[in-house]
Amino acid sequence: MTAAEQIETTFREAHGRILAALISQLGDFTLAEDALQDALVNALERWEIDGVPRNPAAWLMTVAIHRAIDRLRRAATQERKAAILDSLVRQKEPEMDDSIPDDRLKLMFTCCHPTLALEAQVALTLHTLGGLSTPEIARAFLVPVPTMAQRLARARAKIRNAGIPYRVPPTDLLPERLDALLAVIYLIFNEGYCATAGDTLTRSALCSEAIRLCRLLVDLLPQSAEVHGLLALMLLHDSRREARLNAAGELVVLDEQDRTRWDQARIHEGIAVLKAAFALYDPGPYQVQAAISALHAEAPTAEATDWRQIATLYDTLTTMTPSVVVEVNRAVAMAMAWGAETGLQMLLRLDSRADGFYPYHAARADLLRRTNQSAAAADAYARALALCGNRAERVYLQRQLREMLNLAS
Amino acid sequence: MKYLLLDYADTSKAPDYTPEQAKAAVQAWLDYVTEAKAAGVLLASEALRPVTDATTVRVRKGKTLTIDGPFAETHEQLGGIFLLDCKDLDEAIAWAAKMPGAKYGSIEVRPVWENPQA
Repeated sequence: MTAAEQIETTFREAHGRILAALISQLGDFTLAEDALQDALVNALERWEIDGVPRNPAAWLMTVAIHRAIDRLRRAATQERKAAILDSLVRQKEPEMDDSIPDDRLKLMFTCCHPTLALEAQVALTLHTLGGLSTPEIARAFLVPVPTMAQRLARARAKIRNAGIPYRVPPTDLLPERLDALLAVIYLIFNEGYCATAGDTLTRSALCSEAIRLCRLLVDLLPQSAEVHGLLALMLLHDSRREARLNAAGELVVLDEQDRTRWDQARIHEGIAVLKAAFALYDPGPYQVQAAISALHAEAPTAEATDWRQIATLYDTLTTMTPSVVVEVNRAVAMAMAWGAETGLQMLLRLDSRADGFYPYHAARADLLRRTNQSAAAADAYARALALCGNRAERVYLQRQLREMLNLAS
Repeated sequence: MKYLLLDYADTSKAPDYTPEQAKAAVQAWLDYVTEAKAAGVLLASEALRPVTDATTVRVRKGKTLTIDGPFAETHEQLGGIFLLDCKDLDEAIAWAAKMPGAKYGSIEVRPVWENPQA
């Protein structure tokens, strides 16, 4: 491995951990990021000549602290910076031992603080904990690089200027803050999985990153059932990633997927993680969704799917997190369990609330097709198409629409 | 850190309070101030007279112009200010959420610029 490759590897694996520890020690988010950047530049020069140190992460940490001291000395006229410098210099030589304290949980909670805009929370999490570069994140979310750079800069400035704390929230705040954190991780995953637009390659990296972050969170908060639940859910969804698109990049719906292409290792791990979640006896919406996904994963054929149990789980989910999305999915499950007519009736009751939501029209269209109402199905596919921005899903909807129009004429 | 908490409420229609309710509403604010003082976070607080008593001042071309009322006609008006000294934003948010006005109006939490030279 060349020095550059070694830096790349160390960077990916240890970026979040080194940065989190640096912020703890320096008490300043931006200074920590700048100092780590300096240390990486330094590493690139030095490792080429001296070879890669025994513990690259500890080396980076130590050098970053020295670079931070340099930066502070240059700007020590400012009172605040002088205070940080004073405390750093009074400390003995930064420890060169192998253990970097794990403060990544603090970093996660700070990046996902609810007073930051949601899109900023997502970008900051990917940047600081995932080590993704600004251009990489900009590409994944289809925004220009300067826009993303500004978004990150503004979020960092607010953390400092508004006094957003760097800590694991106290018990009274923990449940709601953890919900917010899980929502960010799931959003990152979905951005990769159900990409509303954009190319598939950058986006599969988002799925992997969300899973990596959630694994980390399981390690850091082993007693939280919903953290396990979210990891299980993402693993089970991710097991179908390859089978979801055909060679032409078109969406393949669940019951038409080639189940031999499902990733069995992912499925086994997902189910094991879900069992660990259940063992904590604290049910929640991620666990219920993971349980639904597991029932699909366990069915050897589409026909063998236990739709009645899935419909029951959607009932539970409706009481936990009522939403149009859940209602649409519940109606589809009811249709599969008790007949298309039952599901159709449930969908029709949602009409006004669901009208702007393309999965509603797509589901309605599929059930109309199953009950041989081709003309009405064609109308519903056309409504879904008008609302849907995802390329793969559009191809599927267009194909269905053509078929219905042929049947109807 | 210092935070200025700005209490905004819709003052276009007076609340339809019974005398008991009005008394309770005033008491809730007094309790809030007492609690904030006891916690050692309250640096200053003022309740503002309604915007009908306000004057907006501008200087243009050296001339002082005054207008009756607030400059911008917005739905919610500033009703009171609280200057608090808090550990961090979470603590400031907790104090904002405790404010009686948070239940019907909205509280803006503004960090004070502590070191303007920085």
